[in-house]
Amino acid sequence: MEGIGIDTISLPLVDYEVTNTIFNIWIIMAFLVVMAVVVRVKLTRVPGKLQLVAEMVVEGSQWLVDNTMGEDKRGFAPYTMTLALFLVFANLSGLVALRQPTADLNVTFALALITFFLVHYHGLKAKGGLGYLKSYFEPLAFMFPINVVSEIALPVSLSFRLFGNMLGSVIIMALLYSFAPVIIPLIGHAYFDIFAGLIQTFIFVMLTLTFITLKME
Amino acid sequence: MISGEELINAASALGAGAAMIAGIGAGIGQGFAAGKGAEAVGRQPEAQGVVIRTMLLGAAVAETTGIYALVIALLLLFANPLT
Repeated sequence: MEGIGIDTISLPLVDYEVTNTIFNIWIIMAFLVVMAVVVRVKLTRVPGKLQLVAEMVVEGSQWLVDNTMGEDKRGFAPYTMTLALFLVFANLSGLVALRQPTADLNVTFALALITFFLVHYHGLKAKGGLGYLKSYFEPLAFMFPINVVSEIALPVSLSFRLFGNMLGSVIIMALLYSFAPVIIPLIGHAYFDIFAGLIQTFIFVMLTLTFITLKME
Repeated sequence: MISGEELINAASALGAGAAMIAGIGAGIGQGFAAGKGAEAVGRQPEAQGVVIRTMLLGAAVAETTGIYALVIALLLLFANPLT
């Protein structure tokens, strides 16, 4: 079926092919960068509409970090906001007829790997080398292999959850468009793109923060 | 006469359908989480925000098995490793 798989786009001027995943990520990146520059240039003491939205996003990410990790770990707020903004626009890009970049396992696995390294880096930093190693032998020494497997399962489950959800939405929307091209896909867009997309963004960010907090304790 | 490739394709389609039986488990799990969430909101309406956040997190984790089944079904249909 067309529209489901990942296509390649050959770039003009340079002799190079990219997948439409990468191309759509470029579009989202360009949009985010332009928005950031516009908000920064028009920064005023009395906020306008755009600045109000930007402030809400910043305060929302700080609120989320405060509530899930504690106020002393507010340094995670910038990463939280970056991740949330990218995932929101990536998941909602289905509304403007782009193939969602998050329906590609490479993207979601890369994001999950960032979470994986963050978890272990901050675990090492908070507990020290010995305490970190000791956490693998808890509650009992012979649990070591199980603990290692559960650590490896973390990026896999995190990436497959987002990937499966978004790929499912891509396939169901393609099916819906093939037999009912007008009006009816609106319902599908409302559920699969907006609802599922926002929920999965929230879940991904929340799980990242929760895993980091768990490892630091 | 059925060739080997056709047999693998037919079995893969059946396997993809059978894999999606796992959806039952995810459905029961999410329903349970939502039911308990509704119960908790009914008992403590002032804690609604925290309850909904925890419920969504639990529901998403319960959904993982269903998503695994979906990925395996899609693998069998579109990227079959056997053919």
